[in-house]
Amino acid sequence: MALTTVDREPGRLRNSSPGLRLILLCTIAVTLMVLDHREDYLSGARLGIAVMLRPLEILVSSPFELSRSLSETFANRNELLVDNQRLLDEALIRSAALLRMAALEAENARLRALLDSTAKVGDDMLIAEIVSVDMNPFRNVILINKGGRDGVTVGQALIDADGVVGQILRDRHHSAEAMLVTDLDHALPVELARNRLRSIAVGTGELDRLSLPFLPRNADVEEGDLLITSGLGGKFPPGYPVAVVRHIRSTAGQTFLEIDAEPLAALNRIREVLVIKREPGLSGDDADADLFNPASPAMANPEPPVADEVAPEPPAAGAVAAPPDSPAVEVSP
Amino acid sequence: MARHTRSWPVLLSFVIAVALEILPLPSALQALRPPLPAMVLIYWAMMWPQRFGLLTGFSLGLILDVLHGQILGQNALALSVVAYLTVRFHLQIRIFPLWQLTMTVFALLACAALLRFLAEGIAGMPAPPLAFWLRVISGAVLWPVVMGILDRLRLQAEARPTRF
Repeated sequence: MALTTVDREPGRLRNSSPGLRLILLCTIAVTLMVLDHREDYLSGARLGIAVMLRPLEILVSSPFELSRSLSETFANRNELLVDNQRLLDEALIRSAALLRMAALEAENARLRALLDSTAKVGDDMLIAEIVSVDMNPFRNVILINKGGRDGVTVGQALIDADGVVGQILRDRHHSAEAMLVTDLDHALPVELARNRLRSIAVGTGELDRLSLPFLPRNADVEEGDLLITSGLGGKFPPGYPVAVVRHIRSTAGQTFLEIDAEPLAALNRIREVLVIKREPGLSGDDADADLFNPASPAMANPEPPVADEVAPEPPAAGAVAAPPDSPAVEVSP
Repeated sequence: MARHTRSWPVLLSFVIAVALEILPLPSALQALRPPLPAMVLIYWAMMWPQRFGLLTGFSLGLILDVLHGQILGQNALALSVVAYLTVRFHLQIRIFPLWQLTMTVFALLACAALLRFLAEGIAGMPAPPLAFWLRVISGAVLWPVVMGILDRLRLQAEARPTRF
């Protein structure tokens, strides 16, 4: 059967010229690619299509959400009790750890005021869930269920309870695409928590490996070192843990060490992430402040307090010593 | 002349294909996911070239680009070309025996993958791993099954109303 029913319809095909249409469509497609890649002209069109496709995403992810909510609803009472107890314990431990936070924050603000640099310690957070939808399998990109509607903007940082997860790549109004730190295109300014040695953690495409390609062979790095965000670059707020150094290979003849680090965030298991809401402009200022100060806080920080502590004391000592002295002197003659 | 065919089964098949494209799979299987939207497009462009051709391929490609968060237009370009080739040669392809048809589909899917590969390369994206090409093979392997299902759907859609 070579002919289908539609073939017997009067020929629209014969009159049209598919070759011409192909050239036209290819031109449009290439133009779209150039516009989308070079400049951000097409974010509106992309947003429109994405919003239109939202029902499909909901449809695809709903069975997974449903099964999760069902398993929560029918959870065993014992499990819930154990879970609850564990969470209570955890909350207790954490709130105990936070007791000194207020004091430390105030101290930090005071010291920063001394250094004339402004930096906010606390950040606004937004809890988002990861949508059960597959994106490009060769890129580490995820979809979260909060978007521009909830105040998510491109470039905001994503963390989970253990460390940095990634950053917002594209806004879809109801949801947002986020790039994980392990994506091939992702590079994250970090520093070693131990000695503030700065570097860049580059994604490898594997969910459990980051690479630090730019540390010279004499750099002071050890396996097990903690990497935290340095705040340079302005996208990520400083001080969040990122990864732990796992392997250091030093090849003779190579300028740089080959360092593998393992992300702290459980990138292949996370369900919920925190979006750190910071004003892009503000974060840039913060980053600048940090950019020019990292050396000075480290060096100036220990000094002023020492000077402060020493400075009041000699006068006090002098004051204490002098009066008895002078009277003594006065008395003695 | 009135149309005796219904279009909703076709639409349904496209929606299902796109939905399966974003269905969460274990990460081991993700690279093996067959490119169902392209296969469904090839089928309908081959069987009903008067209705589904380049424009369908282009729109389907745009949808896939947005869903995958890729550069807008690369799937549109690839699927337009695939649709063109299919429409252009639909009379030849249609009478191929199944194994030959499967080889043709393999070539068409490889062509689409190559176009996307080139587009990403020109855009300066990091080259995808070798597993990128696995989808072409899994698509060709699954073609007879997909074709069987779509054939049934098409025959149902083409069924002439017998009642009057």
